[in-house]
Amino acid sequence: MTFDPYASSRETTEGRVYSVTGGDWDELSTEIGATKEERVVVNMGPQHPSTHGVLRLILELEGETVTEARCGIGYLHTGIEKNTEYRTWTQGVTFVTRMDYLAPIFNETAYCMSVEKLLGITEQIPERAQVIRVMMMELNRISSHMVCFGTGGLELGALTPIFFAFRDRETVLDIFEEVSGLRMNMAYIRPGGVAQDVPADAVSRIREACRDMRKSFKDNETLLVGNSIWMKRTKDVGYLDLAGCMTLGVTGPILRAAGMPWDLRKSQPYSGYENYNFDVITTDTSDAYGRFLVRLGELEQSLRIIEQCCDFLDKLNGAPVMVADKKIAWPAQLSVSADGMGNSLSHIREIMGESMEALIHHFKIVTEGFRVPAGQAYAAVESPRGETGVHTVSDGGTRPYRVHFREPSFNNLQSTAAMCEGGMIADVISAVASIDPVMGGVDR
Amino acid sequence: MSQDEGMFGVNGTGDTSGFGGLVRTGASTGSSERPYGSYFDDVADDLERAYPDFNEAIEAVVVQNGELTLHVKREKLEEVARILRDNPNLQFEMCLGVSGVHYPEQSGRELHAVYPLLSMSRNRRIRLEVSVPDADPHIPTLVEVWAGNNWHERETFDMFGIIFDGHAGLTRILMPDDWAGHPQRKDYPLGGIPVEFHGATVPAPSERRSYR
Repeated sequence: MTFDPYASSRETTEGRVYSVTGGDWDELSTEIGATKEERVVVNMGPQHPSTHGVLRLILELEGETVTEARCGIGYLHTGIEKNTEYRTWTQGVTFVTRMDYLAPIFNETAYCMSVEKLLGITEQIPERAQVIRVMMMELNRISSHMVCFGTGGLELGALTPIFFAFRDRETVLDIFEEVSGLRMNMAYIRPGGVAQDVPADAVSRIREACRDMRKSFKDNETLLVGNSIWMKRTKDVGYLDLAGCMTLGVTGPILRAAGMPWDLRKSQPYSGYENYNFDVITTDTSDAYGRFLVRLGELEQSLRIIEQCCDFLDKLNGAPVMVADKKIAWPAQLSVSADGMGNSLSHIREIMGESMEALIHHFKIVTEGFRVPAGQAYAAVESPRGETGVHTVSDGGTRPYRVHFREPSFNNLQSTAAMCEGGMIADVISAVASIDPVMGGVDR
Repeated sequence: MSQDEGMFGVNGTGDTSGFGGLVRTGASTGSSERPYGSYFDDVADDLERAYPDFNEAIEAVVVQNGELTLHVKREKLEEVARILRDNPNLQFEMCLGVSGVHYPEQSGRELHAVYPLLSMSRNRRIRLEVSVPDADPHIPTLVEVWAGNNWHERETFDMFGIIFDGHAGLTRILMPDDWAGHPQRKDYPLGGIPVEFHGATVPAPSERRSYR
């Protein structure tokens, strides 16, 4: 007998297994109704529109109550950590940016900070490069939170927020494109600084975008804050209090929604965050609604920081954006011309026509890379989802010996069981959406 | 009678640059000297006061890149972890997971597990490091101390084959359940296939010439 994957049911050692493909609910409920078994194990995902990516949820149900919830992950495992061991330290940026693909700038910055720590050049990063990093991170925080609102709303059946959210996200991605040439996975932050300076007219356009976004954020705010359906779906749902957060290592908006004002930007400032005025947003409800409010509040704070960045950039106009040490700084320069981003013609002229030594230097740094003193370092940044920590080990060579990402999505997803067990199955969706896991970061 | 090979007298790699003679020294593994600087002396002192077996349990105290690493014997790991978490002067409430590192050349201590700890109350960070031999890759679990280590230990088991004794469900987490081998170990190949490009072939990343 041949195996039919679309058969509605088959016997296994674990009991009868039903395959649901949609549109066959009546058939299924009659068949299940005929059995005496009250305990049902639902395998939800990894291909399911409401599991926030390729997340597989294994839910044990009694009626509509979830008695046990477990996550199956690994469907997006790409071996990025292993791959970085076969590339230079600079090429590593291109890999790590693809981990949490909604927060690429944070992955890059955390990775570069750990490499810079190993090199001992943390203090030498030019101020302008630090300001650009902060600005890009805060823009990225907005675009990431927008996906959280948009897809989170969709998962709960609110179809409008995603239009507002992706409209605003588009504004941010346009800025990314203008600054780095790419909308996602930019590999823009490099060990020693950033890949290239922001274009001359970008700052004024970013200011304008901030003004626009401050107005347009109101759309989702007025739509969702206090909305009775949204409140019913999120209030007191996915409850995780401070003690739970601490033992599960949960950071980010989930921790701040439990009342803990812990934000690495304030408590352990990096990239010059101590120079900016902003507030840490908290709520004390420990539920999905509280997390939503925290993220909403963070949008305004990000705008505040970006506007201060613009002021700093005006002041630091023309300052270097890459460390002065030529043995580390990436020699190639890019520029934007009529046909888009490409090699800077003046740099090409120099290495091809004027200086043999510059050509040799370019070739050596690009193909061989730089050596990083042996040792290990840990650097952490406050990403939209919590603490993104990078543990980097060097054996003194031109390639990383080990790069490990402590991904907040990976860690926070563990709290699914604590948030969902004992609740209703519909609330699982709400709880997972409020964790805001990005499977690229979870599985790496 | 001597015998010459080849035409130009070049043997081996043909490297005439002299760089082939470079010798690089690895990171020192010895203990750092006091004072450690920053809050590190306080952490070491407080732990020493609170834990009578300090000298036996802590193999080395290393300060590097502005970070404190305590190398802990695996038998004492859980005791040390509990004191670090519960002692009112230490208060490392949060463990940020486990990162494995494989050093095949360190015989007898090939596999390392690295635990970054965070104290929110005191705004401090330290790191615990445990090393075990490849032949006996057992480390006691810390899930009882910090529940959040559950998945991290599963990942380290999956990637390095370190067995965390006492873990309630130590199964693979990222790789498929029936996968053979532990991919992040240094003796596990990266894999990859040569890429055809305009008639030329670019070898797989692990096969390409690289600088050390």
